[in-house]
Amino acid sequence: MLLALILALGGTMFLQQAFTPKLGLDLAGGTTVTLSPVTLNNASPPEEILDRAVNIIRDRVNGTGISDAEVAKSGDNIIISIPGVGQNEAVKLVATTAELRFRQVLAVAATQLPQELATNAPTPSASSSASPSAQPTGSQPAGKPSSSQSASTPSASPTGRALSSALTAPSPATSSSAQPSAQSSAQPSAEPTGTQNGQKQDRKGQDSKPTASPTGQTGTPPPQDPNASGIDPSGIDPAVLAQFNKLDCADPKNRGQGVQDDPNKQFAGCEADGAYKYVLDIAKVVGTDIDTASAGVRQGTTEWVVQLDFKSKGAGEWGKLTTTAFNSPEPRNQVAVVLDGVVITAPVIQGPIPGGRAEITGGFNQASATTLADQLKYGALPLKFNRSSIDTVSSTLGQDQLEGGLVAGLIGLGLVVVYCLLYYRGLGIVAVLSLVVATVITYTSVVVLGHNAGFRLSLPHIIGLVVSIGITADSFIVYFERIRDEMKEGRRTLRAAVEVAWVRARRTILIADAVMFIAAIVLYFLAVGGVAGFAFAMGLTTLIDIVVVFLFTKPFIALLAKVKFFAKGHPLSGLDAERMSEAGSTGRTTTPQEA
Amino acid sequence: MGLGRRLYRGEIDVDFVGKWRLWYSLSGLLLAVSLAGILINGLNLGVEFRGGSVFSFKAQTANIEQVRETFQEEGVHQPIVQTAGDRWRVTTETLSENTMNQVQTAIAKDYSVPTDQVDIQSIGASWGGEVSQKAWIGLAVFMLAIILYLSMAFEPKMALAAIVALVHDLVITAGIYAWSGFEVTPATLLGFLTILGYSLYDAVVVFDMIKEVTAKLGHTSKQTYSMAANNALNHTLIRSLNTSLVAILPVAAILFIGTTLLGAGTLKDLSLALFVGMIVGTYSSLCVATPLLVTLKEREPKYQAIARRIASTSGGGKGTKSSKSAAVAKG
Repeated sequence: MLLALILALGGTMFLQQAFTPKLGLDLAGGTTVTLSPVTLNNASPPEEILDRAVNIIRDRVNGTGISDAEVAKSGDNIIISIPGVGQNEAVKLVATTAELRFRQVLAVAATQLPQELATNAPTPSASSSASPSAQPTGSQPAGKPSSSQSASTPSASPTGRALSSALTAPSPATSSSAQPSAQSSAQPSAEPTGTQNGQKQDRKGQDSKPTASPTGQTGTPPPQDPNASGIDPSGIDPAVLAQFNKLDCADPKNRGQGVQDDPNKQFAGCEADGAYKYVLDIAKVVGTDIDTASAGVRQGTTEWVVQLDFKSKGAGEWGKLTTTAFNSPEPRNQVAVVLDGVVITAPVIQGPIPGGRAEITGGFNQASATTLADQLKYGALPLKFNRSSIDTVSSTLGQDQLEGGLVAGLIGLGLVVVYCLLYYRGLGIVAVLSLVVATVITYTSVVVLGHNAGFRLSLPHIIGLVVSIGITADSFIVYFERIRDEMKEGRRTLRAAVEVAWVRARRTILIADAVMFIAAIVLYFLAVGGVAGFAFAMGLTTLIDIVVVFLFTKPFIALLAKVKFFAKGHPLSGLDAERMSEAGSTGRTTTPQEA
Repeated sequence: MGLGRRLYRGEIDVDFVGKWRLWYSLSGLLLAVSLAGILINGLNLGVEFRGGSVFSFKAQTANIEQVRETFQEEGVHQPIVQTAGDRWRVTTETLSENTMNQVQTAIAKDYSVPTDQVDIQSIGASWGGEVSQKAWIGLAVFMLAIILYLSMAFEPKMALAAIVALVHDLVITAGIYAWSGFEVTPATLLGFLTILGYSLYDAVVVFDMIKEVTAKLGHTSKQTYSMAANNALNHTLIRSLNTSLVAILPVAAILFIGTTLLGAGTLKDLSLALFVGMIVGTYSSLCVATPLLVTLKEREPKYQAIARRIASTSGGGKGTKSSKSAAVAKG
């Protein structure tokens, strides 16, 4: 049976051509980030939200093109393991808060078009002077005149978008048609002031650095003539526009990267699939304004739609935003949904949407509708990620630690072997062989687990395994001492003693192992970080210990008992009568059994 | 005949139970000293609990002054420099990301190490609190689970004695840490938690034997509970010592490697805690857990009766609890 187990494990190893364990980052080198997510009021987040956060972070990490990164939940924490070194960017990225924002589209361009190159870079002053003059009039009126112009290049795209996705008030709500009129009449008056406020702030920030280009831009981007791209620059921060012109959405690096977009600033970003790039207005509605989102089939049709419900405050803002967008010329009649700095969809607004319910339609299937609904829900649940610990291990330190652990293990094993042989002589060989069997099973288990269950050997595991040598060896010691007890009584043959001692030793071994196992389980489930790994190793070796003692040590000793060398008590067997004790013959009466 | 030889032949007969006064006073003293240490000195909490940044790199040609200077030039206030072989470990206060990068570059330049070979660990201040909170919860759950399990497998009094011995071990280990100023890190806590397992493991084997032996005590038995327990203890003494030795050997190996090759780090912290804890644990399972169990059991009417009867037959007056008579056994 034991043979079958070893063969099964070994066979799996050979079949999978996997002979070495998978190493954890502390041994192989890499960065481990532990995040402690909290809700905005510093409470620990519920399970469900944590799961979503894990998904968001996984998307982000994968978005950077790092392969083999792992994102896992551990208790209330999220642990991100990024192999390799020099991943500072990735570290920064994972800890940002995921937030969803609704921004009105100000300009759009398809990526495929090789963007008109920086033909004649106008002086920065020109562009910055252009926009302030346009702005005071407000975005709406200024937008209209130039709409014809903007239609020239990207015209295909906005209409294309309009077909593919559109935002409407949900059909059941259409009955309350009285409301829109009431609200939309109220809004236009309120609207402009709101917008202007926002823009004023923008401009203030801009005025402080009047010499043009881009705030917060490291290199000096080649400023381009905004009009060359056929985009209406009115109401657009020139710095953002410059960014927009430079933005290359064909490069996956610019997508899914979790750029922290400031909700109070305009923003240039890509659509998730990279097909379009946008200039977006400041965020008027944010993820926390969403109450819920769900995917479903519109009644009486087979069309998949995504339903959105806003909270009361959000509903008002949403009504204003959609009204503004609806009254704007073509590219500006879209509202982009931005998650983590990436435009996930930018539907055309088909009418003002008051009342806090909205429906996104257009070309969804079940999967895409559900994804979008989920994404909208994420945004409703932003978390703060406290960076609890960041641990970078270079490959050399990992190598050192691995070697240190292995050397320690070998020394420890060697000492135990020497001790067993000196003390138990012949029986010591049994102990050593048992340890060898246990080591083989442990090694193959670690390899097989590594390749099939994602188990990665880390330093705490190695320490756990080394420490467990003691536990494994103890099982033999308990058994050997019992055999010697039986022999001391002097009235049993070795073969009988082996059996009687086994019955008693078995119970002790099982109880003691149960205690260790309980310890391992408690540690595994209640501990943080490396502790779980250590506990896992302890639990694994405890199980292996039982397997080895039952299936190898005991049968092996029973077999030896038939061999003359042991049965006759040869001085080197460790079972000779003389060494046992003279007590057996000199009438040492009080063995506990006779009490 | 040397002690080792006598041990090997099982001829040792130490009166563990009878000397309970000695053990209790010794343990009491140790506990008092440990508690005083914890209260007066406090534990030297590692950077993981205080929050901060740790840099680690290899440099053949460097001395402590140089390394400290490198850090201070970058505006680090209190670099703590440690070294093991050619590996350097510098602990600082919590640094901003920029400062960390600057320091990393400075180290790379001053000691000609590639930047990506300078390891940085940065720990938020709240992290340690979370770790220790989890450790406390783990401890509580573990104790409950063990009390339940041992009560079922043995009996509640044994469970109680085992747990008291356990707390005893933990407090003394913590005391040793407080007085010596060894750094307490999450790995140390992990070590403490593992000690629990070991301490109990040993006690379980001893108790199992005591249970077996004392089950036979009845009206006609010639032994009190203490005598029987002491006998059982002596009987498992070799095993206890062997087991402890076999368990401590690998831990000592890790401690040696961790200290000489790698310097401060998980290996050293964990093995040090285990090393100290196992030694204390071996002492307590022999000299604390069993005497305590006996003290508890001797109060039971059944065993009091046996004790009275034996005391009267053996001439009375002799202290029955200090079972010197157990040594009678020795032919």
